[in-house]
Amino acid sequence: MSAATPVASDMFDCRDAYVKAVEELAANDARIVTVCNDSVGSSKLNKFRDRFPDRLVNVGIAEQNMIGVSAGLANGGKIPFVSGASCFLTGRALEQIKADIAYSQANVKLCGMAPGVGYGDLGPTHHSIEDLAWLRPLTHLTILVPSDPWETAEAIKAAAALEGPVFIRVSRTPVPALPRENAKFEIGKAEILRQGHDAAIIANGTMVHRALAAAEALSAEGIATRVVNLSSISPLDEAAIVEAGQTGAVVTVEEHNIRGGLGGAVAEVLAVHQPCPMRILGFPNFAPTGSAEFLFEHFGLTAEGIAQNVRELLNARRAG
Amino acid sequence: MSLTAAVRAPDRDARIAHIAERANWIRRRSLRMVFDAQAGHPGGDLSAADILATLYFGVMRYDAARPNDPARDRFILSKGHITGAFYSVLATAGYFPESELDTYLQPLSRLNGHPNRMYLPGIETNTGPLGHGFPVGVGIAIAGQIDRADFRTYVLTGDGELQEGSMWEAAMTAGHRKLNRLTVIVDRNRLQQGMGTEETVALEPLADRWRAFGFAVEEVDGHDVARLLSVLEAPPENRDKPLCVIAHTHKGQGVSFMQDKASWHHGVPTAAQFATAMKELEL
Repeated sequence: MSAATPVASDMFDCRDAYVKAVEELAANDARIVTVCNDSVGSSKLNKFRDRFPDRLVNVGIAEQNMIGVSAGLANGGKIPFVSGASCFLTGRALEQIKADIAYSQANVKLCGMAPGVGYGDLGPTHHSIEDLAWLRPLTHLTILVPSDPWETAEAIKAAAALEGPVFIRVSRTPVPALPRENAKFEIGKAEILRQGHDAAIIANGTMVHRALAAAEALSAEGIATRVVNLSSISPLDEAAIVEAGQTGAVVTVEEHNIRGGLGGAVAEVLAVHQPCPMRILGFPNFAPTGSAEFLFEHFGLTAEGIAQNVRELLNARRAG
Repeated sequence: MSLTAAVRAPDRDARIAHIAERANWIRRRSLRMVFDAQAGHPGGDLSAADILATLYFGVMRYDAARPNDPARDRFILSKGHITGAFYSVLATAGYFPESELDTYLQPLSRLNGHPNRMYLPGIETNTGPLGHGFPVGVGIAIAGQIDRADFRTYVLTGDGELQEGSMWEAAMTAGHRKLNRLTVIVDRNRLQQGMGTEETVALEPLADRWRAFGFAVEEVDGHDVARLLSVLEAPPENRDKPLCVIAHTHKGQGVSFMQDKASWHHGVPTAAQFATAMKELEL
């Protein structure tokens, strides 16, 4: 599988895939509505509003109310797709997500826009590198972190088809369309993008294409690296994680804090079922000023940074 | 959609008498639940009993055998802690057997300290933390507005609960969208957990505040069933805004030593106090 460095024109904002998928669903199902917190523009809902004026509920800048209203819309038979900047959607309304959505098992689809460091130099108030840690313990809540436009659209469609609450990260940070053949998206199922038995990289979201590039570089050095796209954080494909652990070296990489996200989820499984050396790559703390791309470089969330961590794990294994 | 016998009865006085009788039964039953469980929120159970009885036995359209009927009127207990009264109402309305009330707060009981819609039929959303139920009620009313459905949505909130900002976010949305089929009832017993609302963080002028958020406001004696019935059953078509009913009530209503005392927010009566209270609640 080739993973050459993509050029800018081949990079996509997953919000476009999100609105396109929601519009298609809405055209075929009157129950689909969208809900937002004054984020019509940043959620790219202008076209949706023009097409379905009665089916966009803008509650204004009021996230707690937005989540409660969405639970109510679901009670009234609607399938609400709720979009807002992920940092505010999750952090500001966390208890509403817990009580009104997850605990009440409301049929609401929460779409966290511009997660991770998508808002770059707007800084940590607008970054959402804690959302997975906040949401992961919530029973009944499906959590999806798609990696590219295709997977974003598939996640949206799968969420609509699922009766129950879902949180989906919708990336603003541009990503390439991943090379896939006959791919099928399934909630709760990891996607093995590359086989390999020397080490495994487990990634999701914007980090998947970097993980593939890292594996490509390692391959040239004779290191066969498995690449796992773990877009479904809840439910978790434990078997795929155990299999990755059987390589004896696991590196996780995510656009999230290193505590409580993808790496935490993988570590919880490996520690119990398949203990093995691992590295957790992500953001160690509130990020300094800089664009998303700068921050990825700064914290080593690059193909080279990932590859170097794999090498170090393998060197330690040889030395041990 | 079947209606309760009380609603069908043509004689208004008979309806009112039936509602009052049910309200008193709710008081007695919920107090017994709190005494048996040695836990609960008896003060609020007693202040809201007349409101709950009026809604369930005088106003709302529902069929307990079909709790998910899309055409049902919705009731949301935003003040989710008064489950003694709420479960008593649901049981006597036919959602589950009255005998199950004996399991209140017992290990693994369906009757949790706060209502869970996955445990019991007749519960629209899980409440307990304050400031949650009202926004959900607003969302239900918006769904009805989109569909031009004729069901109504009733939300019962505590007065202390109005210190939560989310309540006013929801009020702003309801007023803006002119949700005339939405009614919020404030159980205005003037006491929150520790002391009076006005000493804690004042709510007055409460009616003016609701009006400023786009609501029609009715102030009633929350223990006057006839008045509650008139206000709650008035056709929503006659107004172009949501309705707020400020129901002036007494925490611990009906039991002399509990009335208007904040300590009975979650106090538990002794055996002697329980006996006295039950005697006072005999009609």
